[in-house]
Amino acid sequence: MSTAEKVNDRAELSVEGMSCAACAQRIERRLSKTEGVTSASVNFATRRASVEYDPRRTDERKLSGAVESIGFKVVAPEEAARGDSDERERRSVRRRFVVSAALSLPVVFIAMSHGRVPVLDGPWSSWLQLALSAPVVLYGGAPFFRGALAALRHRSADMNTLIATGTGAAFVYSLVATVAPRLVTTGAHGGGAHEAPMPPVYFEAAAVIITLILLGRLLEARARGRTSAAIRGLLGMQARTARVVNADGTTSDRPIEDVQPGDVILVRPGERVPTDGVVEDGESAVDESIVTGESIPVEKRAGDEVVGASVNKTGSFRFRATRVGSETVLRQIVRMVEEAQGRRAPVARLADRVSGVFTPAVIIVAVVTFVAWFILAPEETRLTTALVNFVSVLIIACPCALGLATPTAIMVGTGRGASLGVLIRGGEALEAAQRIDAVVLDKTGTLTTGRPEATDVVAAEGFAPDELLRLAASAESASEHPLGEAVARLASSKKLTTSAPARFRALAGHGVEAEVEGRRVLVGSRRLMRERGVEGLDAGAGPETGAGELERRAEELSAAGKTPVYVAIDGRAAGLVAVADAAKPEAREAVASLRRLGVEVWMLTGDNRRTARAVAREVGIEKVLAEILPEGKAEEVAKLQAEGRAVAMVGDGINDAPALARADVGIAIGTGTDVAIEASDVTLVSGDLRGVLRALRLARATMRVIKQNLFWAFVYNAVGIPLAAGLFYPLTGWTLAPVYASAAMALSSVSVLTNSLRLRRFAG
Amino acid sequence: MDTQEIIVLAGGALTVALVVWWFFLSEGERASARVAGGVQRVRITVKGGYTPDVVVVKKDVPVELEFYREEDSSCTDQVIFNDFQISRRLPAFETTTVRLVPERAGEFRFNCGMNMVRGKLVVED
Repeated sequence: MSTAEKVNDRAELSVEGMSCAACAQRIERRLSKTEGVTSASVNFATRRASVEYDPRRTDERKLSGAVESIGFKVVAPEEAARGDSDERERRSVRRRFVVSAALSLPVVFIAMSHGRVPVLDGPWSSWLQLALSAPVVLYGGAPFFRGALAALRHRSADMNTLIATGTGAAFVYSLVATVAPRLVTTGAHGGGAHEAPMPPVYFEAAAVIITLILLGRLLEARARGRTSAAIRGLLGMQARTARVVNADGTTSDRPIEDVQPGDVILVRPGERVPTDGVVEDGESAVDESIVTGESIPVEKRAGDEVVGASVNKTGSFRFRATRVGSETVLRQIVRMVEEAQGRRAPVARLADRVSGVFTPAVIIVAVVTFVAWFILAPEETRLTTALVNFVSVLIIACPCALGLATPTAIMVGTGRGASLGVLIRGGEALEAAQRIDAVVLDKTGTLTTGRPEATDVVAAEGFAPDELLRLAASAESASEHPLGEAVARLASSKKLTTSAPARFRALAGHGVEAEVEGRRVLVGSRRLMRERGVEGLDAGAGPETGAGELERRAEELSAAGKTPVYVAIDGRAAGLVAVADAAKPEAREAVASLRRLGVEVWMLTGDNRRTARAVAREVGIEKVLAEILPEGKAEEVAKLQAEGRAVAMVGDGINDAPALARADVGIAIGTGTDVAIEASDVTLVSGDLRGVLRALRLARATMRVIKQNLFWAFVYNAVGIPLAAGLFYPLTGWTLAPVYASAAMALSSVSVLTNSLRLRRFAG
Repeated sequence: MDTQEIIVLAGGALTVALVVWWFFLSEGERASARVAGGVQRVRITVKGGYTPDVVVVKKDVPVELEFYREEDSSCTDQVIFNDFQISRRLPAFETTTVRLVPERAGEFRFNCGMNMVRGKLVVED
């Protein structure tokens, strides 16, 4: 049995163009008849088709085709889901609000006239109010009552429970007071029923509460929609079609869902790159700001990676798709930002704990309030006083402000980050990032461009510079280390012919060894040379020139910020190749700004001290950790932490992964195309160092908003509930009418949302 | 204290006790996952809460929780598994699948964005 179940897949298709239930049936019939489909059902209300099929006989594309063949349109589920359900909710709330507002106004007018308008005063006044407010409660308030019932059945309680209980109590009491006044007039009056004044009714409270809370919901839904606008904006930037180059050289436009990895796609100037891939031929400048936040276009030529949703500016090019659909960088970014909310900020833990018990606790407070007022208030008014305060407590309590405080700020903050090319892993990372007081920058690729160039060749006695370079380059030709590549590049620019090395071995952090044309070649650090007992390292021909000559030259090069790489041939020191890696143009400014932010800046590198110092001086860093092997980087970070610092490590995310993981905040600095999203707390999509500053400042700004929100939400409830319960009454005579309580409640969650939305204007 | 006051006081005490019992002491509906093709699958209806709200699964076997959200009240539009660092939006009237592999036994909570609607994933050895 289990094998039979295993073979079936399920697809959910969002279908557009259905106008009636008959349409749904048609689609259902068409799908059922499609080869490989075991069952299909179409829901007209949700515009969704749910299909079970055998993946060996059909696929989603064919299923979509079947639906489209009878004149309907299948849209990408995410796209449909996002817009639709939000919009549906908003429309329904708006309609209920308009109806409720129109009916509530006259009720308020009648209730507030207090007999001053004779026409409105009479035994039928209550009946009129009942007639007007019943639809408000039953129609406008229906979602609250439905929600409360559903929650109750699940032994949970939420905002709906409070509103439903509050308005329900006010309405039912007023209903009884209108229909059977005797039931609610306390028997102590002694007089006959015809003499007793009509008991007060609270229809206007029930109606106005529902209207105001609907208004709050409406504003909230609108603001909420904006909190995720950044992400929806990103998704909206995806191209819908791709111009795929066919085998015969012709091109055809295909929907983006149909593009497969390996397809070759043509992109013309002004078009969006439809998906991720590698340029095959052609040259162009591409604006990658959508993923990197960097507005300057990047030059692309054959072999370069391009990223989906970036905009092609100047030339045409063809590229081979490598990642499609949900695997693309853009979709990974979207997913990461969406998931960010799942990682709660520790600061919100208290709020989470409180909101978990909040609603039942408020119900208990409300019940206690009722009982207390019933016992303490004067006998003639005790029932109404108790009821009014009971309703006020239920209505003013706003678990939503508490619940929205953190997630909305994180949502807006991380969304804003994404549009600036700063991807933040969530609340935890945000909170850690705002505490950072030391930033450790890896040198190569972070502070520098990471594309070192070989600049000088120094040959020891008895070796020719070109031969030295040729052998070193041959040994390095199998290496993937940037230093090795630089050596190889210099050799090829001098038109030296290298030969393939044998017995190649990369010695992590030290260098390489190999056999080239029968000679043993060792390329690497001075330390490596010493360990291998290389001869003639400091020895030389004579005391004034030869002795320590290599070392002297090495020191000179180091002092100029270049990295001297030693070369030994057959166990003898043969010379040096100097490699220089230029600092990024923005490095100095970025370091200075970080220090202005009050953060200590450290540089970490495997280079020797002198080179490291020279580079550090150039970019304005005073604290240098040099000659650190790759595996020692995490240790250095740990040492700084042990000294009481909160450390952010900035590195390339691959070589520096352990150090990134060890740090309080690991910041991976990448280029748009290879986002090391998984490894780090923060990913800077562009290689621009100023992103570090941006990330730290965004974290601080977001945390500030979260704290304001939480403070406001706690204070609001801590003051509002006792006020509504009448706790201040004995001292100040203050109580709170339910209508005002509902206005406060509607405003409180909107104000929290509005505060979070301020982060959209964060400039970086 | 007159009779009415005594009745109200007793009623109030009873209501408080009922609220405490209903929300904090009683447990909801339990369901075990159905295993098919090496995956434990459970369908959870989201409407003011999760049905079932206690899901029992086996350790180390991939779990697919199919959340069907049968309402558009914004309270439940997100589900969060804090221990698994998972957060998903649940579009109204749609099924959203959450995949995870429970690597250790124990009880793991899942909840809505505001932690007011809660469920429990019980992982057994």
